[in-house]
Amino acid sequence: METPLTKYIKPNQAPLDLKEYEKTGGYEGVRKVLKGMLPDDIIGLVKTSNLLGRGGAGFQTGLKWSLVPKEKDVAGVRYLVANADEMEPGTFKDRYLLEGNPHQLIEGMIIASYAIQAEKAYIFMRWAYKKAEVIIKKAIEEAYSAGYLGKNILGSGYNLDLHLHTSAGRYICGEESALLNALEGKRGIPRAKPPFPATSGLFGQPTVVNNVETLSWIPHIIENGSDWFIKLSTSGEGGTKLYGVSGRVKKPGLWELPLGTTIREIIEDYAGGMQDGYQLKGIIPGGASTDFLIASQIDTKMDFASVRAAGSRLGTGTMMILDDKTCPVAFIHNLIKFFAKESCGFCTPCREGLPWVEKVLMKFEEGNATLKDIEILEFHTKYLGPGNTFCAHAPGAMEPLQSGLKYFKDDFLRHINEKHCPWR
Amino acid sequence: MEVAMVKIQIDGTIYEVKPGKNLLETCLSLGFDIPYFCFHPSLGSVGACRLCAVKKYANSNDKTGRIVMSCMEPAVDGLIISVKDPEVKAFRASILESLMANHPHDCPVCDEGGECHLQDMTVMTGHNYRRFDFKKRTHKNQNLGPFIHHEMNRCIQCYRCVRFYRDYAGGKDLNVFGSANNVYFGRHEEGTLESEFSGNLAEICPTGVFTDKTLKKHFTRKWDLTNAPSICVHCSVGCNTIASERYGSLRRVVNRYNGDVNGYLLCDRGRFGYEFVNSTKRIKNPQLRQSKESALEVKEVSEIIPKLSEALKSKNIVGFGSPRASLEANFALSKLVGAENFYHGISDKEYHFTKLCLQILTSGAVHSPSLKEVEKANAIFILGEDVTNTAPMLALAIRQATRNKSIEKAEKIGIPKWNDAAVRELAQNIHSPLFIASPYFTKLDELAETTYRATSEDIARLGFAVASYISNDAPSVDNLNIDIQNQAKRIADALKQSKNPLIVIGVQGNEDIAHATANIALALKSIDKKPSLSIALPESNSMGLGIMEGKPFGELKIENDTTLVILENDLYRRVEKSLVDNLLEKCQNIIVLDQLMNETSSKADILIPTGTFAESEGTLVNNEGRAQRYYNVYPAIEPIRESWRWIAELIRIQGKPEGNSWQKFDDVVNSMVVSYPIFSKIKEYLPNADFRMFNEKISRQTMRFSGRTAMNANISVHEQKPPQDADSPLAFSMEGYQGVPPSSLTPFHWAPGWNSNQAANKYMVEPNGELKGGNPGIRLIENTTDQQQSYYKNIPQPFKPRNEGLFIVPVHQIFGSEELSSNGEALSSRIPEPFIKINLKEATRYSIRSNDTVHLTVENIDVLVKVEIDASIPDGVAGLSFNLPGMPFISLPKIGVIKKS
Repeated sequence: METPLTKYIKPNQAPLDLKEYEKTGGYEGVRKVLKGMLPDDIIGLVKTSNLLGRGGAGFQTGLKWSLVPKEKDVAGVRYLVANADEMEPGTFKDRYLLEGNPHQLIEGMIIASYAIQAEKAYIFMRWAYKKAEVIIKKAIEEAYSAGYLGKNILGSGYNLDLHLHTSAGRYICGEESALLNALEGKRGIPRAKPPFPATSGLFGQPTVVNNVETLSWIPHIIENGSDWFIKLSTSGEGGTKLYGVSGRVKKPGLWELPLGTTIREIIEDYAGGMQDGYQLKGIIPGGASTDFLIASQIDTKMDFASVRAAGSRLGTGTMMILDDKTCPVAFIHNLIKFFAKESCGFCTPCREGLPWVEKVLMKFEEGNATLKDIEILEFHTKYLGPGNTFCAHAPGAMEPLQSGLKYFKDDFLRHINEKHCPWR
Repeated sequence: MEVAMVKIQIDGTIYEVKPGKNLLETCLSLGFDIPYFCFHPSLGSVGACRLCAVKKYANSNDKTGRIVMSCMEPAVDGLIISVKDPEVKAFRASILESLMANHPHDCPVCDEGGECHLQDMTVMTGHNYRRFDFKKRTHKNQNLGPFIHHEMNRCIQCYRCVRFYRDYAGGKDLNVFGSANNVYFGRHEEGTLESEFSGNLAEICPTGVFTDKTLKKHFTRKWDLTNAPSICVHCSVGCNTIASERYGSLRRVVNRYNGDVNGYLLCDRGRFGYEFVNSTKRIKNPQLRQSKESALEVKEVSEIIPKLSEALKSKNIVGFGSPRASLEANFALSKLVGAENFYHGISDKEYHFTKLCLQILTSGAVHSPSLKEVEKANAIFILGEDVTNTAPMLALAIRQATRNKSIEKAEKIGIPKWNDAAVRELAQNIHSPLFIASPYFTKLDELAETTYRATSEDIARLGFAVASYISNDAPSVDNLNIDIQNQAKRIADALKQSKNPLIVIGVQGNEDIAHATANIALALKSIDKKPSLSIALPESNSMGLGIMEGKPFGELKIENDTTLVILENDLYRRVEKSLVDNLLEKCQNIIVLDQLMNETSSKADILIPTGTFAESEGTLVNNEGRAQRYYNVYPAIEPIRESWRWIAELIRIQGKPEGNSWQKFDDVVNSMVVSYPIFSKIKEYLPNADFRMFNEKISRQTMRFSGRTAMNANISVHEQKPPQDADSPLAFSMEGYQGVPPSSLTPFHWAPGWNSNQAANKYMVEPNGELKGGNPGIRLIENTTDQQQSYYKNIPQPFKPRNEGLFIVPVHQIFGSEELSSNGEALSSRIPEPFIKINLKEATRYSIRSNDTVHLTVENIDVLVKVEIDASIPDGVAGLSFNLPGMPFISLPKIGVIKKS
């Protein structure tokens, strides 16, 4: 089984430095494209590879790049931004790549920048990734001194500056337009779309924002082609995926597996199954802002289409396990508390709705909830739905709640009837 | 410009609407009551509050539709929407439920109550029962200075305040802090709001977070106010206001929408200057000085008549008009004293400058733009004027004009102008070209492509050079250094390339600058451009007085038995003290008609109490040449009378026919148009007192006015008959027409369901558009005469620093340089100490430090001033705070000498 992204990552060891990375064939992709691939050739290749965005939304990367207007239509600088603001609860996949193989990301960014003719690129990184910060900084310096970054890269005439920006630390800054505002030094609040960043992005210029895992793929696609990429997955969506499992499993962790591996395989074969004495009750498949799946859906393939069909989203592919000894209400309350705190405060339903939901869930935990509170929760799952709010933050927050109310309604009712949390 | 209309379907009915607007504006224009918070017609949309939701359907087969925010949706052809779909109505009510979760339930003690947009929207959406049963979030309040009261708990986080204060008005010291459910709008620390437009927060804020602190001192609900359409009297821009009274005192001034002038906004001088009306310095009774040696004594009207009669018998009567008195009062005075004895009562510099400006504006080369037109300019050159301090709303309009380039850029890639955040994110710091030449730093400099620091001579030279680079026929300037030449070329190019070039000058400039400006205008005209010229004149009727015939101060000759009649004018603010002292000493009788005690009124022999703008009606001509009328908010209380009425009395005493024929205001207007045919347009445009709406007068009070039977019950239990108003079509009563009157007669903005100022939209054809029946005011100055013109050739010599002292230029202050507003309680606390600005080099030369108090001597006048070090002041130059209260008038620019005290 191929693991292109993580092949050279050795846990608890220093990442490959530039020389070592080059020995593994690193920066050959940059050499290849700068020697004779047209930007449109690269975009075409990435399009045919069907590389779907690994940040969670699964938008086709090549298509995103192709939306950047050509120089003749819109003048001025273009920007590429790597979204390394990984703050999704339960998610730690980008961190693995940032700490484990920084040059893979940088190479991907150089190729992506060239493809959209960007002269400036940024890595927007979560403030808490202190170790990754040191590693990325060093890698950028190495890449500059080796001539992969800066003016006239490898004598091609192509210039690219790459900067690392460490975020001030808000979840919402992982939303691409809020990220751009934050990068400009403004409040981290999302922007209205349209216009999309490809039209008006960083400093008002055409911009592409891609996830770290997405960008890390680019050198491999350049090297091995799109057919190879598509065949890596067990479904047609292409590539492998970093899957993670947290919760009461025997071996929580992170693995690179073909896209489309089933939840059962991931949990049982890689995470070692549930800890003794614990039953699987629910799965949040892709970070906190995705709907619960339940134990009976364990054979769902972890790819974008299959998880969607099962009623949730692949998201980041890093799942959280709910077991039978954990109160689902407390589980959801914990997530909602995070989302309420991380609301940017710009739009009404999210700013006012999430804290209300959080307070109501607290009431359940304290044993003071009534049937009316179920109504209030159900009301909010619709009220904070997509389109009603300014961005996807609150709708995402509602996903575990709405599915929790669907699958674990009895547990909510027990809190009401027993006037305390049955798990305490 | 004709635009093809588009068809949209709303709840099954097809409407033809203008394209390019958002759906919310469109629906409001069509009369639909769609609730909204974060949208404001002058600020555009950002989609934050989510209140203006409507249902949008993909096509006629789509029966489910989806919820969209109408403020973020363009009104495009074929659109199908519903505003009354049950799901969307429930969603809008939910937004209110969310907002009310934390909003205090104390409307009865909130200053906003009764004119609260949040109240209106809550009722409109139908949200009623409270489900949120937790504690409310609370905030601390800040002291934001004398103008604005802060109550953060009332905030609904619509972001309008910061969008107005920062994005629209360029303020820096109000911001939004925090995130999530703890968003705070205020300053980083307590302190006075710095923006000249901070008062608008009270109207922009849809709830009671920011309210008028001056109103709070004598609070009255909107519904209990008696209101009149008024015109701001504190600068020459002529912003439209609503002034309001209860119990005989003026309670507040708010915006009255005029799409051509001030839109939805006012500056702080205009909003808070009104307090002078209630000042303890008001002259409320006639006063008489028995002999030159004795003091003024309060008298009955009947007691001053004999004295007036005697004084007016004099063969030598001289009258001083005033740029802060109405056309009618000035005209009445000129009738009293005879046109040949009528003086304008302003400095000769100002007199000649105003006359020259009028000549330029009517010469046919240049258009006098409304503020709305200023906002459309796409290249602007300001010569010698700090408009932020002399005509603040003009500065605000210029600020908007500099956005035109970014709006064009956005529209090119399909981002409509109303998508406010998107336009700003795209455009970042792109501005339409603005060039500023002034002796010192001005607030607009931050938007300027280039700035040039110089005195009037050099600014005029730059202007002449610009003209010469536009047209070879304009005289060129010798000995101009290469940098200035390049700057002039750059300005010339920008003006030449612009579709709407605008030049701005003002009272701080001089005739040289006006000449240079005329040349630029003529040069632009010669290449088929249509240039505009905006002139910031000092006072509310400077232009109107300028149009009238009258003499400058310099031509005055005083005989020994002269009777001097001074109308609403403190001569000590016009010319040097020694000249006025000398003049007053020579006169036999000094009759002063004014509102406030000042240096001139305190020297009167006969002092006559006149009504302020709130107790009078009158016509003012703004700097654009737009004649507008203000109306009594409440009747002048005898013996206070309107100036024109008192002068009519004087004329009666004098025995001239007008004395008897001028009974009503319209009688004076009728006489005036005979003498000044140019003013006949005013008479045609503004309704006479006998104008009626459906046989009714227009009510000054809302139909909710309360306590009428009780408010004077402590004096008499018999309800008094409301005062009658024979001078205007307005009634001092809640009885009368309550609907939308002619725009110049709008006493308040109210519509069913709309108790807040947002009701103004119901008076318009479309939000931020023209008022129904046209915007108020009639333009008197049009550049229709196409006379043969020639270029001015009198280019001044360059400025050279003088050995004998510093060249002192006037620094006008928004707070302090205007007479009436300086007497307002809140505003007076914002007046700076008299100061002099010099650069560090000059400070070193005189070995003085920042904040030192120094003696400044200009000719024979010695003043104590505080030193401010300002790097922007050129060498050899100093800026002196101009005409602040307590400072003697100094005609500037002049050479002055600084000595350490």
